[in-house]
Amino acid sequence: MITNMTSGLDFQAKALVLRAERQRVIASNIANADTPGYVARDLNFKDAMLQATGAGSSSGLRTGNSNSPGGATNGMTHPNHIALSGSTSGSLGGSSPLAYTVQSQPSLDGNSVDLDRERANFTDNAVRYEATLRFINGESKTLLSAIQGQ
Amino acid sequence: MSMFSIFNVSGSAISAQSQRLNVVASNLANADAVAGPDGQGYKGRQVVFETVPMGSDASAGVRVSGISESNEPLRKVHNPSHPSADADGYVTQSNVNPIEEMVNMISASRSYQNNVEVMNTAKTLLLKTLQMGQ
Repeated sequence: MITNMTSGLDFQAKALVLRAERQRVIASNIANADTPGYVARDLNFKDAMLQATGAGSSSGLRTGNSNSPGGATNGMTHPNHIALSGSTSGSLGGSSPLAYTVQSQPSLDGNSVDLDRERANFTDNAVRYEATLRFINGESKTLLSAIQGQ
Repeated sequence: MSMFSIFNVSGSAISAQSQRLNVVASNLANADAVAGPDGQGYKGRQVVFETVPMGSDASAGVRVSGISESNEPLRKVHNPSHPSADADGYVTQSNVNPIEEMVNMISASRSYQNNVEVMNTAKTLLLKTLQMGQ
């Protein structure tokens, strides 16, 4: 019964971890805005959340391809095929959904960071991180007041 | 905690940008220096940036991997009355272009400010995370 009560908290906790990871990726992009040859990365948040919340119900086979239409649980078409494994693992143990950003202004030195877009993404992600924090606070306060019987 | 590594990443970036500003300042200071008796004038310097992985795929810092000297031809000014003029009356000066250096300085200071803002935002978010549930 406890899992019913805390499942909402669990979902938001996973979202918080992924938001923090995305914050790191965007900060790395901003730090390397002048480095020649650096390609900008980004975290596909939707697919990462699907992977993280689908962890309990899939058969445990993961692919690194985040374009499968039914989410990122199983990309194989035949049970005897060998599943692709991600080359790195994300913070929540699934295969890493780090993708490359779409290049808007290709530059001669190979740097693909669009600083304005990275700044906007950073602010957007920061606000959503705070929103997730407030959801967690609200849910935990609701649980506490229910336990206390007020 | 994953957000703490943001301080390492942005810290490396502001350190690299401040080295770049240092090099710009050196170039501007020596822009009008004349060559000594050996004929070697001041050659403008540039920093070379390189990405440094910081623990995981998501964190990539930056560092200065070296300082390269520019190979542009040195400026020669015709001034026979100068004490360092050579046999033809030319004085060899540096190959620094002050306008390029000013643009470089503006770009470096913008990057520096961006990274400081990243650190401030990360610090604010982490402090709010510490107050979660209270």
